[in-house]
Amino acid sequence: MKESLVTVAYIVAGVMFIMSLGGLSHPTTSRRGNWYGIIGMIIALAATAAGGMVGAYWLLIAAIVPAVIIGAVVAHRVQMTSMPQLVAMLHSFVGLAAVLVGIATDMHPAEHVGGAAISHAEQLIHMIEIYLGVCIGSITFTGSIIAFGKLQGKISGNPMILPGRHFMNLLILIGTIAVGWWYMHVAGGEHIEGGYPGLIPLIIATVLTGLFGMHMVMAIGGADMPVVVSMLNSYSGWAAAAAGFMLGNDLLIITGALVGSSGAILSIIMCKGMNRSFISVIMGGFGTANASPSSAAAIDGEVTKIDVDSTVELFADAKSVVIVPGYGMAVAQAQHSLSEVTKILLERGINVRFAIHPVAGRLPGHMNILLAEANVSYEIVLEMDEVNDDLPDTDVVLVIGANDIVNPSAQDDPGSPIAGMPVLEVWKSGTVVVMKRSMASGYAGVDNPLFYKDNTRMLFGDAKDNVDAILTALRQSRRTAGAEG
Amino acid sequence: MKVGVPNEVFPGERRVAATPQSVKRLRKLGFEVQIERGAGESADYPDANYVEAGATIVDDVEQLWATSDIVLKMNAPEQHPKLHKHEADLLREGGTLISFIWPAQSEELVKRLAARKATVFSMDCVPRITRAQRMDALSAMANIAGYRAVVEAAHNYPRFFTGQVTAAGKIDPARVLVIGAGVAGLAAIGAAKGLGAQVRAFDTRPEVEDQIASMGAEFIPMEFEEEGAGEGGYAKQMSDAFLKAEVDLLSKQAMKVDIIITTALIPGRPAPQLITAGMVESMRHGSVIVDMAAQQGGNCALCKPGEVIVHKGVTIIGYTDLPSRMAAQSSQLYATNIAHMLDELGGAENYNVDYDNEIIRGSLVLDRGEMRWPPPQPKSPVPETIPTKRRDTAAPIVEDTKPAPDKKKTSLRWLWIAMLGLAAFGIGWSAPESFLTHFTVFILAIFVGWQVVWNVTPALHTPLMSVTNAISGIIIIGGMLQLTTGDFNAAMALGAIAVFIATINIAGGFLVTKRMLAMFQR
Repeated sequence: MKESLVTVAYIVAGVMFIMSLGGLSHPTTSRRGNWYGIIGMIIALAATAAGGMVGAYWLLIAAIVPAVIIGAVVAHRVQMTSMPQLVAMLHSFVGLAAVLVGIATDMHPAEHVGGAAISHAEQLIHMIEIYLGVCIGSITFTGSIIAFGKLQGKISGNPMILPGRHFMNLLILIGTIAVGWWYMHVAGGEHIEGGYPGLIPLIIATVLTGLFGMHMVMAIGGADMPVVVSMLNSYSGWAAAAAGFMLGNDLLIITGALVGSSGAILSIIMCKGMNRSFISVIMGGFGTANASPSSAAAIDGEVTKIDVDSTVELFADAKSVVIVPGYGMAVAQAQHSLSEVTKILLERGINVRFAIHPVAGRLPGHMNILLAEANVSYEIVLEMDEVNDDLPDTDVVLVIGANDIVNPSAQDDPGSPIAGMPVLEVWKSGTVVVMKRSMASGYAGVDNPLFYKDNTRMLFGDAKDNVDAILTALRQSRRTAGAEG
Repeated sequence: MKVGVPNEVFPGERRVAATPQSVKRLRKLGFEVQIERGAGESADYPDANYVEAGATIVDDVEQLWATSDIVLKMNAPEQHPKLHKHEADLLREGGTLISFIWPAQSEELVKRLAARKATVFSMDCVPRITRAQRMDALSAMANIAGYRAVVEAAHNYPRFFTGQVTAAGKIDPARVLVIGAGVAGLAAIGAAKGLGAQVRAFDTRPEVEDQIASMGAEFIPMEFEEEGAGEGGYAKQMSDAFLKAEVDLLSKQAMKVDIIITTALIPGRPAPQLITAGMVESMRHGSVIVDMAAQQGGNCALCKPGEVIVHKGVTIIGYTDLPSRMAAQSSQLYATNIAHMLDELGGAENYNVDYDNEIIRGSLVLDRGEMRWPPPQPKSPVPETIPTKRRDTAAPIVEDTKPAPDKKKTSLRWLWIAMLGLAAFGIGWSAPESFLTHFTVFILAIFVGWQVVWNVTPALHTPLMSVTNAISGIIIIGGMLQLTTGDFNAAMALGAIAVFIATINIAGGFLVTKRMLAMFQR
């Protein structure tokens, strides 16, 4: 195939990818968006395979076919509650692929770079590209592996703070730059037959930056995972873009830039959701450094408990209900029962809506996915800003497994570690029912004055069991109502 | 310990200080409960239900009073109409009484009880603090009264409350003005709103505006500089000038509304007169005024306590027994308040009049005949020394560091801009043409991505991540380009591995996105 034809195919693929992201602006167009992405990918791969630069087709097929099967099985089997882990794992793959492509390019420069004689500056830039690509890829790889472990519960979700960690990071940075210098010198020379002089510095750099990636994510706590996962998403894009530079491939550059900026935007949204700067999240250690509750105002009052029957009675008298799900709902897998409860309440003419805080869950949009899985209509699943103004007119708010995102001290108490974080103002509603396992404080280690408010009722116990019990009670009352009517 | 509940003797009173449900609670707290025969009859609680709950029925009132350690009552003790004795004298010497007492207005009664060496808790003196809410009988009663006031108004109002558009023409909704947005006022707003009326509310305390708005009524602001909030969240006495401004405002409002519900009370004083005869006359025929302050003299000049009168076509309701008109539920709430009070006192086993307990001390009127009312003003809490110290040392640090980050931030921003400028200059100066074409594509793609991704609805952020994940598998091309013709070498092996894992990414990412998006389809 002509080279220009490949280029045109790449342009088409790039446009397809952009349209794919554009399709996600609304649920109704989103499925089409995904198809654009698939078509773009097929065009790109077909053009590359037929472009005349790929020769070892047997190897290509041997690598692709099993991988497609593995990918399909994983995608089919994964539970929606485990989406964060899956996403983290896939990020690590991109990182690893970027490392491998970088090293392979160093060992065996692809033909297209050669051909015409290249200037010294071009040679230098090419090496910088390889080096950067490998470094970013390696950070993405190990960081994502650690994030995966934390989300899967294989590694403790608590931030691991090593003494002098900033100093360690600085050392790694200096080391990486020094090795980069070394690499430029060694690899810049003539290729010796059969030897790869740039290999050793590249591998050292891979290990160094890999350690950095591990260390960085280890220091970040469980509830900051939405930021970390979006950040790694961004990194995987930059890794792909770096690979694009080293190969001189515009499609890789475009795609990498798209993914990179997408992940960056998600990180920004998540950080805004917590009112924390990106730097402070990456520095990690939230909830340990400033968890001294001394400045937090003392909470006066006592907790009012409620049982399932009284909760159901509350629903009976309510005209509007807002449900605030949090990570606890995902852990307890309560979304399906909750969806049934929602249906019964809607049948009764009660205005039921879900309020989603940007950082609820462990992944951007995590709650939306779980609710969609449970067949909750996305029309009644609202964002924090959409719902906050309506909360004063809401009769009952049901908080399921959420804590910090409904904490009034974010607004009232300037000394609180979460001060300034935007929160759902559930306490302004008629009655708040909080489903919780115990009185333990949330991730941020801050006591929640919401639980002591006069209009707050605590429903202790497993969220799934309680929602199931509410569902049973609602069904019974529906049956009796039906019998009377 | 024995708890006794006599029949209320106040004329027209239907409520009772214990219900079968509260008897169960009291039994749990370890009390024996005895009830006068027929005490709950008028509140629709027959004797049999009390017996079922574990109470004993006593026929003889005098015996009931004499044998009970604690007597629970609704209304303050008064002359017993059948026995021709004062109830205070029926109380066992050294006995305990829990009831509404209104000690400020009933000096003589308190003296009488003191002579009996009685211990008296007054439910109207429970302090207004968060912890005491479960004992706040005044709020419980006011809530019921506010609701009932609207029902009485609707009963006497010969028109619709809710507006309708019918084939025969339009019916305007009733316009209701609620004066005083305390518990009763807010309950009245809610009830009137529920019937479909247009509700406005007025209060001298501007901070209740939010509460009024939260009930769905419109707050009528007053242009006058004086703070109306007194101690404990109650309204306080206002200056004459303020009162005049208030009356002016209300007289304008009176002409515009069909129903006025007044709840204006100032603790320990006669109710302020806000509705003059002239204002009543300015109202439309058929209008209704419910004066919930009738017992304290009324907010309306023409109001007759306990009666319904019609003045020039305007009905003025002066019922003083609004909670009693919903006896079953008001008894239930009051009885629960009292049960909580006895719980606060330690139940039967640990019964103890604890002077350090703010709630008990606040509601205690007499302790074995000794005058204990009014309670000493609560000491302003003395801050512990450690926090004070900490605050002292922390404050200057905070002040010192606070402006610093701001300065740092702006200087940091300039540093960034300078660095970006330098980098752009450096690239432009040294980079070869081939690099710059790629670089152009890169920068433009970042901006395109930036624009497109901000439009993604937050609900689809997870699919966004998985689809970007899938397309970042485009790095597969990097691996494919290594699979050149020729002999198998190490670079090809690495390329093949890269192709393998990137393909997992592509297939897994797209398929899981498809699965997720299918759930959103409907």
